[in-house]
Amino acid sequence: MAVSEQGLAGNRVGGFSAIPVDARPLAIEAKGLVKSFDGTRAVDGVDIAVPEGAIYGILGPNGAGKTTTLRMLLGIIDPDQGVRRVFGHDRPHDIGRLIGYLPEERGLYPSMKAVEAIAFMGALRGLSLKEGRKRAGELLERHGLGHAADRQIRQLSKGMAQTVQLLGTLVHRPRLVVLDEPFSGLDAINQGKLEVMIRALADEGVTVIFSTHVIHHAERLCEGVAIIAGGRVPYAGSVEAARDRIPAQVRLETRAREGAWVAALPGDTRRNGDFFQFSLPETGVEPLLRQLIEGEAGILSLSIERAGLHDAFVAIAGEAAARQLEADTQGDRA
Amino acid sequence: MSETLRPRLNALEAAWVIARRDFVAVLFSRAFLFFLLGPLFPVIVGGLAGAIGGEVQREAVSVEIGLAMSEADNAAMLAAGARLAPQLGGALPSLRTVPEAAGDPAFDARAFMEARRGNYAAIVTGTLAEPGMVGTAGQLRRWKGPVALIAGHAQEAAPTAFPEVTGAVVTTSAAAERSSRIQTAQIAQMLLFLLTMLLAGMVLSNLVEEKANKIIEILAAAIPMDAVFTGKLFAMLAVSFVGIGVWGLAAWGLWTIGSEAIIASTGFDIARLPAPAVGWPLFIALGVIYFAMAYLLLGALFLTIGAMANTVREVQTLSMPVTMMQLMVFFLAAYTIKQPGSGLELAAIAFPLSSPFAMLARAAMDPNLWLHAVALAWQGLAVLALVKGGSLLFRKRVMKSGNAGRVRRGWFARSAAPAAEPAE
Repeated sequence: MAVSEQGLAGNRVGGFSAIPVDARPLAIEAKGLVKSFDGTRAVDGVDIAVPEGAIYGILGPNGAGKTTTLRMLLGIIDPDQGVRRVFGHDRPHDIGRLIGYLPEERGLYPSMKAVEAIAFMGALRGLSLKEGRKRAGELLERHGLGHAADRQIRQLSKGMAQTVQLLGTLVHRPRLVVLDEPFSGLDAINQGKLEVMIRALADEGVTVIFSTHVIHHAERLCEGVAIIAGGRVPYAGSVEAARDRIPAQVRLETRAREGAWVAALPGDTRRNGDFFQFSLPETGVEPLLRQLIEGEAGILSLSIERAGLHDAFVAIAGEAAARQLEADTQGDRA
Repeated sequence: MSETLRPRLNALEAAWVIARRDFVAVLFSRAFLFFLLGPLFPVIVGGLAGAIGGEVQREAVSVEIGLAMSEADNAAMLAAGARLAPQLGGALPSLRTVPEAAGDPAFDARAFMEARRGNYAAIVTGTLAEPGMVGTAGQLRRWKGPVALIAGHAQEAAPTAFPEVTGAVVTTSAAAERSSRIQTAQIAQMLLFLLTMLLAGMVLSNLVEEKANKIIEILAAAIPMDAVFTGKLFAMLAVSFVGIGVWGLAAWGLWTIGSEAIIASTGFDIARLPAPAVGWPLFIALGVIYFAMAYLLLGALFLTIGAMANTVREVQTLSMPVTMMQLMVFFLAAYTIKQPGSGLELAAIAFPLSSPFAMLARAAMDPNLWLHAVALAWQGLAVLALVKGGSLLFRKRVMKSGNAGRVRRGWFARSAAPAAEPAE
């Protein structure tokens, strides 16, 4: 695939407007990715740029196009249009040794021993079986699964098998780790462990990109996110910039329920139980406070909260996508 | 965290990683043991039964030698044979008067044999003092001694010397030779077809299992899909050779202990199978190569089907047309055995799926070798094209959705879905 786009030429964080331009080279760079299945566009013009060493999230509800995007980035499928580069290479398979991938649908050979499964996944990435077995043993020990090294996958619990697969993704010590819905199916404890593991990878300079429909994971872990909905990416940039896109939220609690002072509240005010909630006015809260006091509203509490990624998601992707996202998350919990 | 190593495996290395795992996994699975034993059970049981009854059958259905001597000499030979039989048993042939020779002084035993009339291993002519024998070189070698023994005992009760039996070897004409080689060609074709159909299905089940294990995406992400396909094909081919080796050994053992019973009960004697035109060693080598080609071609086709199917039901439905097509191309190749050089035979050679069968038949009938080189190159190209096409189809049709599209994925589900939604 020829790379002719100007933004791809330098292989530096340039067109990545929301994250401050820095000197880090790009691990992943995609521009205008389009993929259609049966005449329907699954992915419609996705632009993503992930600097090396970043933790990057692709956030969107099920069916938004996350997996298809990841598969295109990894060269499992080719885009109909657009360009992608991984560490500057058009063909990701050419640098397969540098990439680790955990697909959404977890898969291991049931009759393989845990240590062999990890070594085999390393062999797929160019590691010798001998070295793979050695590293597999070390990894299993380090993650508390040393006792399961010689057990067949079918004899492991689901959580253990998922850990084995994740270790298989890491055994060849990749520079880029791509995880498709890595938290899906894990209990809270294992989700926490995975978050720690992802942070540890980033600390070692590994680029981690993962897809998720759970906002909290992205918010806690990611330096940058791409919000994807309906195959499009309405926002790609830093988490901070996404949160800054909408004003801080004010929560106000008053003794009085009604009064002339209510007219002084901003236009986007909505009632949320005992609270009034509205965006922080550009003039700040001081003028409003004066009016509330003069109107004898009886202020019980007032807090100003910076918008979360969820609010940003709602503002960027729309209410429908946000509702879908919440439904997916609840489906996971169920 | 990264190291300075080669950035990727080349296609051969990648295929080797897949082939090694698949080969070991299949070979040491219980399912493969049962697969191996499956065809052996009836053969072993039959062989044991044959071996037990072999001794009896050897005497009951021994080789028959025709007598075309004078009436008195025939009677003396039959009486001598009957006297000697209790002591020598199966070492002596059964003797039977040739009815066509009785009362016909012009009876030509050689013409009779060459016309393949009667069912005699050889025919004894002449007199008791100067017996002659007409038969193939092998039969003459085998039966000259016993016939001399019988003739000697036919002359006197306790002979001190035995007459020398003169032999007349039956020669076959070019037409007869071609005609007999057809038998070799047909048997080789049938064997090739049976082995291919029996073993190529393993490729299909292997890939379906891989999809059920959901490991296929890990493979597709790590190495090119055509390397995955190639590795699987060659692993299963190697497993097939193991299977053929085991079955071959079993067949050899069975033949060793019960050949006479097998010949007696089936009338088939592998030793009497006409030599193929290219000679046995080369014919066997070509048989192995054409099996590999037939296997790779059909296997690549099955892999493509396996790539598109998600369930066993889908696999069965999709593979049925291919199986039927393979039957048809086999019939085509079998039909053209008797039409060497015809347009139909050339078509059977040119069509990749029937080419190995048609060419193996050619090797039995025609000593020219250059066409084999051309055909093998052509079949190799077809394998490459099928593997490439299959992997492309896999990437296009299978890897098309994530969690959201799981229900729709696959050939049938795709056609059933009225309108696909954006995939995950």
